[in-house]
Amino acid sequence: MKHTHKLLILMFSFVLFSCGNDKKNNQVDYSSKKAPVKKEVQKEKPKEAPAVKKEAMANVDLSNKGIGPVKSLDISGAIDQKLADEGKELFKNKCSACHRTNRKFIGPNPTGVFDRRSPEWVMNMIINPEEMLKKDPIAKALLIEYNGSPMANQNVSEKEARAIVEYFRTLK
Amino acid sequence: MKNIIKSTLLLVATSLFFIGCGNNGGKEQKKGGALENNVAEKVYVAPGEHDSHYAFISGGYSGNLTVYGLPSGRMFKEIPVFSQFPTSGYGYSEETKPMLNTSHGFIPWGDSHHPDISQTNGEIDGRFIFINENNTPRIAKIDLRTFETTEIIEVPNSAGNHSSSFVTENTEYVVAGTRFSVPVPQRDMPIKEYKGNFQGALSFISVEPEHGHMDIKFQILMPGFNYDLSHPGRGASHGWFFFSTYNTEEASTLLEVNASQNDKDFIAAVNWKKIEEYVNNGGGTMMPAEYAHNVYDEVTHTATSTMKKEVRVVNPSEVPGAVYLLPTPKSPHGCDVDPTGEYIIGNGKLSANLTVHSFTKMLDAIENKKFAGDAYGIPILNFEDVLAGSVEQPGLGPLHTEFDDKGNAYTTFFISSEVVKWKLGTWEVLDRKPTYYSVGHLTIPGGNSRKPQGKYMFAMNKITKDRYLPTGPELEHSAQLYDISGDKMELLLDFPTHGEPHYAAAMEADLIKKRSRKIYKLEENNHPYAAKSDADVKVVRKGNEVHIYMTTIRSHFSPDNIEGIKVGDKVYFHITNLEQDFDVPHGFAVIGQNTSELLIMPGQTKTSVWEPTKVGVWPFYCTDFCSALHQEMQGYIRVSPKDSPIKLSWSLDGE
Repeated sequence: MKHTHKLLILMFSFVLFSCGNDKKNNQVDYSSKKAPVKKEVQKEKPKEAPAVKKEAMANVDLSNKGIGPVKSLDISGAIDQKLADEGKELFKNKCSACHRTNRKFIGPNPTGVFDRRSPEWVMNMIINPEEMLKKDPIAKALLIEYNGSPMANQNVSEKEARAIVEYFRTLK
Repeated sequence: MKNIIKSTLLLVATSLFFIGCGNNGGKEQKKGGALENNVAEKVYVAPGEHDSHYAFISGGYSGNLTVYGLPSGRMFKEIPVFSQFPTSGYGYSEETKPMLNTSHGFIPWGDSHHPDISQTNGEIDGRFIFINENNTPRIAKIDLRTFETTEIIEVPNSAGNHSSSFVTENTEYVVAGTRFSVPVPQRDMPIKEYKGNFQGALSFISVEPEHGHMDIKFQILMPGFNYDLSHPGRGASHGWFFFSTYNTEEASTLLEVNASQNDKDFIAAVNWKKIEEYVNNGGGTMMPAEYAHNVYDEVTHTATSTMKKEVRVVNPSEVPGAVYLLPTPKSPHGCDVDPTGEYIIGNGKLSANLTVHSFTKMLDAIENKKFAGDAYGIPILNFEDVLAGSVEQPGLGPLHTEFDDKGNAYTTFFISSEVVKWKLGTWEVLDRKPTYYSVGHLTIPGGNSRKPQGKYMFAMNKITKDRYLPTGPELEHSAQLYDISGDKMELLLDFPTHGEPHYAAAMEADLIKKRSRKIYKLEENNHPYAAKSDADVKVVRKGNEVHIYMTTIRSHFSPDNIEGIKVGDKVYFHITNLEQDFDVPHGFAVIGQNTSELLIMPGQTKTSVWEPTKVGVWPFYCTDFCSALHQEMQGYIRVSPKDSPIKLSWSLDGE
């Protein structure tokens, strides 16, 4: 039994080592913050909060605006409730298959996303996931973090993505 | 240094080898072979680039329609039409089963024959493609935005629906002429009393201009001949339709001999505008009939089948001046009209010469009432009065003629396995090229219109023999692509086809490409069992029916754990693909399923029925690979004994 564990740890280390090499090229590195054993625990109990928090904190980068049509967006004003309601409906129809507002699911939890990402990044990720997943360092890291599940392109327009952003602002 | 010498030698040797090869090259190539005249380059479509033309080739006994690119000869798609299709679940899913409903019940197979693309002002418009089924007479309409069969209408009083499905200049009508004459209405009678008692129904199916909805406007009940092929007039002859006939002997046995007695059969010229006017004024009679009309709705993603109860029939002798018979030697197969509408070509299978009738001369003979007699009250014109000319001994067994944009015609010869190019007006043979082997029909893109696009021609062959690697006694048939832009035809490519490439329609790609649909919009999905978001996911029991409203997105089902199903239940999986991205369908299959799996397009809902016979926990999964987590796209359904108290429940990740 002990032997198996050792072997497992060895195998995981190897996998991480090769992953790490890849990530260096992309200049993103957060995987080393997770011990191989923890990874296994996380797989068994995905709802354990610490792992989620750790992931969320690891990627904080508010200066990255992502790649796509949205270059600058100011969301400091008062919340436009009507727009947020539209966003809520859109989120339900186009995003809820993979995102939950109360937990990490197939994709990340959007609650508190603007503490981790710029609003421009969020909009570009929604509108332009293919290119983001190819070129944006955070998107690339998240793809690996989320077991290789690519963000689906749901043909969301820029206007609709803006409404979704407004809805995300209301999430506490 | 040594290396350089070596490789130079090798290069020289190789060149010599190729030159040698070229000189002794294939029999279809002139000196030099493929390398010298760059034939390969002419069909090469580089990776990522698009072909310039679409070719829609009927699948014959496969019942379907296949889509190819030209000049590459690559097959892009098989569109299911008259046959169940496991790849997509067409004819297996609850939504598409009604498409194959007929007055004879559910018919999951039929042979498809002649596709024809819709036209506006005599030019191909790329909106719809129509195709006939021969066996259980049906006409289908395929929408070229989605490449899906969206309507099928059964044709009553018809048998062997062969002289179909050709469209008039503005797609006013799709024509469905019977091949076999039968008792109309059907009844129990001695077969040997065929002569004078059997009739041939030529059906004119109107096409509503905006959505293309089909309806049988009228049927002309013709004498008991066999109606082989047909073609609409165009230009000056627009308003007329021409049908080739054989078995004017009205024989019912050993037709191989007995239907080849007469020196001449007929091309029936039908003035449909005249009959339409007669019908619009209340002419014809409604006859009891039973035929299915199946329509697929792209908003509910569901087909409905309606049984119709009567059809309007017209006796041609009631409408004087509407139908004439043009004597044509001898058992003509193809009946083709040139782009100007003046020449009507009868390809007499057993005739040494190719017969060309003149539309102008026909009108003149009618005007002057120069009749040789009549058949069942239909005037027969004199052969000499309508003959424009004939192509003398061009080959053996002429079958089908198409036209380029330079006044030339191309005819296939089945027995002598060749395509012959000849000039309209002078009737002189310009070129001939062998085909490999037993060629049936041929196609020039835009061929059945006023504006053929005369760059390519392809011939469809019945026998493949030694052209490809052997695959046992049965080989796929083949098509051969020729460049016809020059004075001489040039064979460019051989490519295998699926099923029997019976006939084809082709066109420049741009018109279809720009209208092509990429997804179904989720907001427009009005399927009664759609789950348009995860909030709609549920499982509902109605007696022993269980309806599962399920969603898919890369890479999971929701729900993925279902319990409370019992042996004897009829379980409906209604699956909505939530993707809104081009080319991301999801599949679905559950163990022990009696029907085929499903393939669900982005934004679409499809339903599969599963009737579990055994207690257990059974997996279901996605059959279409689209993400790294494809293997993980699965779920379990628990089946309990019939009297089990286990309540219906469902979940995804404990939610």
